[in-house]
Amino acid sequence: MKRGDDGTHVADGNTGGAARLMDGRTGLSGGVAGPVGTSQIEVRGLVKRYGDTTILDGLNLTIERGSAVAIIGANGTGKSTLLRTLIRLVEPTSGSVRMLGEDVTALSGRDLVRLRAQVGMVFQKHNLVPRVSALSNVVHGVQARDRGVRTWSQVFARQPVRDEAMACLDAVGLADKARQRADSLSGGQSQRVAVARMLMQRPEIVLADEPDASLDPRSGAEVMRLLFDLAKSKGLTLAFVSHRVEHAVAFADRVVGLADGRIVLDQPASACDAAGLRAFFSEKEQAA
Amino acid sequence: MSEASGQASQGGGQHRAAKVPRFEQPSALTFILWVLVVAFVVVSFGSVGLSLERMERGIPAMGSIIARMFPPDLERLPQVLYSLLVTFQMALVGTVLGLLFSFPLAILAADGISPHPLARAAARGLIAFFRTVPDLVWALLFVIAVGLGPAAGVLAIMVDKIGFAGRFFAEAMEETDKGPREALAALGASRTGIIFSAVVPEALPSFIATSLFSLEKAVRGSVILGLVGAGGIGVELKVAFDLFDYDGACTIIISIFLLVLVVEQISNRVRRSLM
Repeated sequence: MKRGDDGTHVADGNTGGAARLMDGRTGLSGGVAGPVGTSQIEVRGLVKRYGDTTILDGLNLTIERGSAVAIIGANGTGKSTLLRTLIRLVEPTSGSVRMLGEDVTALSGRDLVRLRAQVGMVFQKHNLVPRVSALSNVVHGVQARDRGVRTWSQVFARQPVRDEAMACLDAVGLADKARQRADSLSGGQSQRVAVARMLMQRPEIVLADEPDASLDPRSGAEVMRLLFDLAKSKGLTLAFVSHRVEHAVAFADRVVGLADGRIVLDQPASACDAAGLRAFFSEKEQAA
Repeated sequence: MSEASGQASQGGGQHRAAKVPRFEQPSALTFILWVLVVAFVVVSFGSVGLSLERMERGIPAMGSIIARMFPPDLERLPQVLYSLLVTFQMALVGTVLGLLFSFPLAILAADGISPHPLARAAARGLIAFFRTVPDLVWALLFVIAVGLGPAAGVLAIMVDKIGFAGRFFAEAMEETDKGPREALAALGASRTGIIFSAVVPEALPSFIATSLFSLEKAVRGSVILGLVGAGGIGVELKVAFDLFDYDGACTIIISIFLLVLVVEQISNRVRRSLM
């Protein structure tokens, strides 16, 4: 590991080949893109270890406001850990994360909660409360800014909150399922309700951890299209993890590839093709 | 592989299978422990004074008591039904109070939901204490503290139910899916918001089932509590037996049986509808 000009850690070693690959293909370098003034997420020297196992190994990444970034890589390369570390659902071992101008790693409990409220998270599993209605699940999203008892269920919610929740359900095409219990919805519908809950949060940044993984190909593509279109129409920053490289190419502006906890690929999605990415990561896996 | 070598391999496999012992050989310590347990059971039979001789004497005596119980004395039925109502009310109020107190204790005791490990340890300790001391002991204590009557019974049932429901409520909350909790935590919801938005709705069927079991248990238990002066129909039963009023006692026993049966049937139906 060596230290960069700006004092941050820059991964060396196995990134050498990747840097050459990146330079050769796109001219982008390192894991840092765009001027700092427009960045919403800045990760510097991020390390996460579980005992002797290193998941993230001095990772650097900058994501600009309003961009859609796909994070891809083989299993166990630290993609989900990276997303979770950004809002400290997983505590980093070392390194720094700045989001929305704040040093996330230095935030205390209450400030961390306030920051999380501005970051929408969509999980691999929809994580809806199963026994309550789709509408109640969406109403829960308002807890990012209102902690009153009336946010616990649509039954108690104030009318403006219910109206906004209905608008969010409408945005994902499920207004007609508002009263239906979450556990009676299909996988794709559930994930769309989870997106509606995220919208209810009124986030500035959206982090999606394999939102297409537990869905059939068609539903997965629909959810990814929905996320991408909503993020673009609302000017949100989107960072998502996906195992489906074709989704990374189709629903992102930029593709970041991870291997062994480091960035080994960083290029515009327009310069990528699914077959090439698949071949690249297949080589990486074989080498590992 | 040739046929011959395949057969040889199969034959070898059968040979190895035949050598597998039918029973696992216990260790010396396990064997000694088993011998001690069996010896203790045998000694216990002797210690409790249960002998064939006594059974021979007891069975005809029991037959005589049962014969004197019939026909049941229905003259005292209104009085018995009133006591039965008091017993049920005692069980109901004690259960409701117990459930109300057990819920916050269960939140403090539930792994992954409790706000602090110390709070969790304290709540678990308290629940375990309430659960392990029998309700009859609580009844004796409350009879001394608040005097004879249903109030002592209500308090005894309440404490017993805090121990019973507190444990099961905590377990039900621990068994809820972590995903919705994580999703709400990720969006910045408060601990209370997470509990009431995600944990309670998911654990609700289990809460209701536990509450109904608590009521069933309380109805059965409240009869016994009356025997130590904690009010209800137990007092009537004790008086009837003390006065050798066996036909009156029979009316009381049948009434108790019907009450427990009705409560169990309603409880079963409600629980089935929740499944």
